Amino acid sequence: MSGVAIVFMIISMLTIWGGLVLALINLSRHPEKGDDDVIETAGATGNNSL
Amino acid sequence: MSSPSSKQGAPLASEKRETFNSRKLFILSAVGSAVGLGNIWRFPYVAYENGGGAFLIPYLVAILCAGIPLLFLDYAIGHRYRGSAPLAYRRANRKAEVLGWWQVLICFVIAIYYAAIIAWAAMYCWFSITKAWESNPEGASGFFMQDFLKVSDDVNVSFDFVGRIFVPMLIVWLITVIIMVAGVNKGISRANAVFMPLLIVMFVILVVQSVFLPGAVDGLNAFFTPNFEALQNPAVWAAAFGHIFFSLSVAFGIMVTYSSYMKRKSDLTGSGYVVAFANSGFELLAGIGVFAALGFMAHNAGSSVDEVATSGIGLAFIAFPTIVSQAPLGGLIGVLFFGSLVFAGLTSLISILEVIVAAFQDKLGWKRTPATLVVVLPVACISLILFPTTTGLYLLDTMDAFVNQFGILACALVLVIVFGAGLGMLPKLAKHLNRHSSIKLGTGWKVLVGGIGPAALGYMLINEVQSKINESYSGYPLWFNGVFGWGMAGALIVGAVILSFVPWSKNSKINDPEFEEHQQNVEAEELPDPVGKEY
Repeated sequence: MSGVAIVFMIISMLTIWGGLVLALINLSRHPEKGDDDVIETAGATGNNSL
Repeated sequence: MSSPSSKQGAPLASEKRETFNSRKLFILSAVGSAVGLGNIWRFPYVAYENGGGAFLIPYLVAILCAGIPLLFLDYAIGHRYRGSAPLAYRRANRKAEVLGWWQVLICFVIAIYYAAIIAWAAMYCWFSITKAWESNPEGASGFFMQDFLKVSDDVNVSFDFVGRIFVPMLIVWLITVIIMVAGVNKGISRANAVFMPLLIVMFVILVVQSVFLPGAVDGLNAFFTPNFEALQNPAVWAAAFGHIFFSLSVAFGIMVTYSSYMKRKSDLTGSGYVVAFANSGFELLAGIGVFAALGFMAHNAGSSVDEVATSGIGLAFIAFPTIVSQAPLGGLIGVLFFGSLVFAGLTSLISILEVIVAAFQDKLGWKRTPATLVVVLPVACISLILFPTTTGLYLLDTMDAFVNQFGILACALVLVIVFGAGLGMLPKLAKHLNRHSSIKLGTGWKVLVGGIGPAALGYMLINEVQSKINESYSGYPLWFNGVFGWGMAGALIVGAVILSFVPWSKNSKINDPEFEEHQQNVEAEELPDPVGKEY
């Protein structure tokens, strides 16, 4: 493989697979929220102007 | 079985709208939908043809400027209006419902031929072990056209069935029906939770095996060597935008439907980035695996990589069998490659069918099982009548080309214009995406969806109209392309208009108390302004 092809292979891997890793890290730092807490309050009180 | 028309029978009993049990399952299913046959057999050649390593630049620009923003538009509409494509669009604006039916009909056309390719790939798993193509004097090409598909010389529509295609297609449809009937969590989620890890493991083994073949380095060299001059060619940029658009499954109605099954407080943008980069990550892996294998093929034939490089059906069913015959442990390469096509295809087929099933479930207000059967069985029958025949390949080729360009692309263009400039809904949708998402969207997103999106899609569509008008597609007779190409694409629009005029009954989901509650909660949670870092 030529040097430039190797460089572009590495850049492609870093940007695309690196992008995936960053996206996964971002997601793991924001854990899934449950749906119930706010709904019940809003639904039960009928207060939609929160 | 109870009659679907009975007024008090099970089909009409209301069911709570399903949601994906976890974010992980949604992401797996969305990646399963996005990763399809195109990732494996289209991307490697598109990248190679359009600048090799330098294609990375337009490709990344296309992902960030069009792919991901359009994906977020789909997510926002589906999640905000919590319905199948026609219902979600209708809830956004009565006049937009027709776009949803257009997408439903597009998915119908894709589903009927997609199942045929999955069935071919399944048969080729077996042929990889028996090396069935070696019996044909013309090799893999002769075997595929003459012995396997038994392609007729006449470009026509015949009902001359080929048993070896009909039976695997029937099995593909049976598996699909079982998954679809089981619903979002027990069917779609479970299927993706099994098929996707299997696909990734199989594909990684395939790639590792391919890169150690003699000549693989030449293939990788051809794939990654950049041609910077290509970047000055607008067609290369159009190819990048076009590829990303089809690869991410945006504007099919699929992501609208899937995101309607996400919980209210979902991190839409955070999940979307994972889906988009996982899809691209798989494509890159496919590029490496396919070009390593093509490098081996060229090495064996004593030719250069550009002489053997190909894509689509030619790559899968002609080039790969040749590689399977020549490579050490070729049978294993074949099983892994065609098995990957089967799993990638099945997870995409499921998502395509879900667009249709969800639409009819909402429209009829039926339970999952009867609504699925009433939709999937006719689709399967039409597929089984038209495609396992000696003329199935012609029909597949024409329908695929025209439904992609004048179905999906045209519909996407209308969609971004309607939701952007037409209804001015982007600020509202951005606000919705920002409610619980980790990556906030600002003006940039609205400009990309409302401005760059229509410009890029419009440019691609005009190019396609010109090329299809100037020459007869694939050299097929005018009447054939007229009926199954132009006629089919036009019929989808007419059909969508007709379906949008069919009234929603009181049993339908149009007046769903569950949605009213969702609506109230969404409004109660709305943030005054986007906060945090902007897109």
